[in-house]
Amino acid sequence: MALEQIAGKTANEIDERFGSANFVKRSARKVFPDHWSFLLGEIALYSFIILLLTGTFLTLWFKPSQMEVIYDGSYVPLRGLPMSEAYASTLHISFDVRGGLIIRQIHHWAALIFVGAMVVHMCRVFFTGAFRKPRETNWLIGSILIMLSFIEGLAGYSLPDDLLSGTGLRITEGVLLSLPVVGTYLSFFLFGGEFPGEDIIPRLYIAHVLLIPGIFLALITVHVMLVWYQKHTQYPFPGRTEKNAVGYPFFPVYTAKAGGFFFITFGVTTLLSAFASINPVWLFGPYNPGEISAGSQPDWYMGFLEGSLRLFPNWETSLWGYTVSWNVLGPALIIPGLLFTPMILYPFIERWVTGDNAEHHVLDRPRNVPTRTGLGVMALVTWLMLLAAGANDLIAVAFHMSINTITWGFRVLIFIVPPLAYVVTKRICLGLQRRDRDLVLHGRETGRIVRLPNGEMIEVHEPIPDARKWELTQHLVRQPAEIGPLTDANGVPRRRILAAKVRAKVSKFYFEDRVEPPTPADVHELESSGQH
Amino acid sequence: MSDQQHSGPSGARTEADAGTGTASGTGDRIQAEGVTGSGDVQASGTSHDALVGDEGSGAPGAGAEGGRLVERAGHDGELTRTWNNPGLPSHVYRRSDVDQKAAQRREREVATFFGVSTLGTLLFIVAYFAIRPGGEDILEEVSLSTKLLGLGLGLALFCIGAGAIHWAKTLMPDDEIVQDRKPMRSSEEDRAAAVEAMKEGAAGAGLGRRKLIRNSLLGAMAPLGLLAIIPLRDLGPLPAASLTGTWWKAGRRVVTDPTGRPIKAAEIPIGTVIHVQPEGVENASHPINERAKSATLVIRLEPDEIQVQKQLDWSVDGIVAYSKICTHVGCPVGLYEQQTHHLLCPCHQSTYDVTRDCAVIFGPAARPLPQLPLDVDEEGYLVAREDFQEPVGPSYWERG
Repeated sequence: MALEQIAGKTANEIDERFGSANFVKRSARKVFPDHWSFLLGEIALYSFIILLLTGTFLTLWFKPSQMEVIYDGSYVPLRGLPMSEAYASTLHISFDVRGGLIIRQIHHWAALIFVGAMVVHMCRVFFTGAFRKPRETNWLIGSILIMLSFIEGLAGYSLPDDLLSGTGLRITEGVLLSLPVVGTYLSFFLFGGEFPGEDIIPRLYIAHVLLIPGIFLALITVHVMLVWYQKHTQYPFPGRTEKNAVGYPFFPVYTAKAGGFFFITFGVTTLLSAFASINPVWLFGPYNPGEISAGSQPDWYMGFLEGSLRLFPNWETSLWGYTVSWNVLGPALIIPGLLFTPMILYPFIERWVTGDNAEHHVLDRPRNVPTRTGLGVMALVTWLMLLAAGANDLIAVAFHMSINTITWGFRVLIFIVPPLAYVVTKRICLGLQRRDRDLVLHGRETGRIVRLPNGEMIEVHEPIPDARKWELTQHLVRQPAEIGPLTDANGVPRRRILAAKVRAKVSKFYFEDRVEPPTPADVHELESSGQH
Repeated sequence: MSDQQHSGPSGARTEADAGTGTASGTGDRIQAEGVTGSGDVQASGTSHDALVGDEGSGAPGAGAEGGRLVERAGHDGELTRTWNNPGLPSHVYRRSDVDQKAAQRREREVATFFGVSTLGTLLFIVAYFAIRPGGEDILEEVSLSTKLLGLGLGLALFCIGAGAIHWAKTLMPDDEIVQDRKPMRSSEEDRAAAVEAMKEGAAGAGLGRRKLIRNSLLGAMAPLGLLAIIPLRDLGPLPAASLTGTWWKAGRRVVTDPTGRPIKAAEIPIGTVIHVQPEGVENASHPINERAKSATLVIRLEPDEIQVQKQLDWSVDGIVAYSKICTHVGCPVGLYEQQTHHLLCPCHQSTYDVTRDCAVIFGPAARPLPQLPLDVDEEGYLVAREDFQEPVGPSYWERG
């Protein structure tokens, strides 16, 4: 076949220069475990590629300049108005460049999907324990990527220099000013002087199109290479073990599926952008620091910051001639710190608690690790509540409620609901484990009621398949760590007793409530005693 | 399009990881377990793949220190501690695997997807050249153009993806392959060899012996970071006192924003709110920066509604002026509720009571809005008596 000949010739030329055959030999049939939840990270990756492609297109016309011009483009209502070149060129892309608006909308939608996919991907990784050894590095990289994407997004939606984006920058300035000692300096260095100045758009531009995407590209490359090198995790289905990888070969199945999925992601984002308008900047008008529109909202991923800014009490202290604005510092710095620091450190915290040094390639079912799952849901609920609080004005309008009531409600509930979510989640997990245990020991309910000769009515239970039994019992259950003797054999007090005590406490918190999966012996005993 | 499933006789295909060069033992073992590991009680001594692969890296339950793993010891020493991995389920054949006609149908479906993609590309090209927005109804035209271009591009992309995945799922081999997973930890020999290599290299460099070189190199490298930071000094001027003053000066007229019309005190109806700037702000060296600080609201109250003496002193016939910049994070306080005399910031809902010198009555702002002392000139126009007496906008460290 001619095609085969050409392919062979090309491969030969490449191999003689790069020795690629060795890599291809090892990699072409490399196995990738398959599951729908593994697609979430792919969506993030593909959205990033979409952002690079569409973003490059937009740079061909966008002018990152705050020089004042008089608009004379196709959008009649704004003709003759003074505005920055940045805003005018955004209007130009939207109205005078054919396909400009669809690309702008794809870019914005892809950004929202990018962050969203990362968040959901991170949830998957967290709740299945995929962050455990040896994958802690990828958890750290992922954490950096997700936080960096907030900044990248903020920089991006600030560029058009419309009224909404200028308001976002004004808030950014207010947050910078609140930093003790260095606040005013940072703000003046960022804005090139007083707000808004004429430097911020060009500076955000270079950060948005080169600096941060460059960091993204480097980190994503390492992230994906590590997935390749360490091999993907897999779910505890029959045949999967800690020592194998079960799935489809990279070429052709995974190539076709993953490559196809890129096109699907791009296609869906495009169709969404064709029919759902996003960020119609021509409605907002050019930025004027004296103006604002009601219902100003940031993009969704900044919503939690908006919410915490809205909820925090109006505390401010002024001592020895210096002011500390807790009402800004708290919600914009301390609360995100409290949310994200434990998130970043979680793999190491859990490893410290369990003392587990083993590699893990088989994922946890979330129910089998109730405390971790509960903590994750608690953090997630806190974050989502802040996000909802960022829309308290919209909620007030939609439900005809007093905004003060809603704000106070959130202020109180933010302390009640997350712990409650922890407790409820943990109880649900333990309940699900008990159901699994029952299924293994007593089989499933068939719905068939049988009347015994003595008149007793029973429901017939049917044993579940052995493969299923294994799925429900394959996990290992941990017990709380014990402190052990406080003195060694010679009666000398052990060192670092306090650390051991703390660890025992935390370990108890983690593993005190547990459900043991039945063993073969349990089933055997039950069978031999004639019960079911 | 769901294939009716036929159970085939063969089990999962196994394949050694070509890169590892190990013998293909894993798959065989799993199959062997698949045969015997039926979930029944078994004699001990079989391999426990379900347990963590902890060899050479410390047992997970080692010592009382860790969160210990529960030993699932049977009541009888003869019984296994845990269930055996039943192995991969037997392969289920798709209809397209066993039925040539079904396979051909799938092939046609894949080709249809790719064909629709080509149509999408055509639609995009036609829409691009056929619609050139720029007429009277620009919004309608752009909207139509965006929808058609998006539809074309979306179909072109989506259908390639859908076709490729349909192809992979229905026609490409779907037997799962088992490959060995080696522990990430290198073998002991490799580790020892690596340590040896590094030691040799370090000895060659002689960093331990040649302290002068080491220390002077450290001395040269450590301050290099300064060279990356110092040139950033010119990013902006130092804040100095520029945050405290605004464009308002004694005698400067109050003009409407953005039309720039001076305002006669007598012409303001009670209950009105006017967005104002100081006259001539557009002539400042950085007009937009001055506008950002000088934005002010003029409100006319009934004089007896004013509850604070200072506020009354700085007003003219019930006309008061307050900074429009929220003291929280600096959004313009854009919403005035006439009945309650409340000013509300749309960003974070800080609420100020205008009759009480704009004291904060709700929300995250900590300080009242600064008041601008007003006067009228001889022609009856509103003027500022002097600049704001305190910095406007958000708090900052040096504010005091």
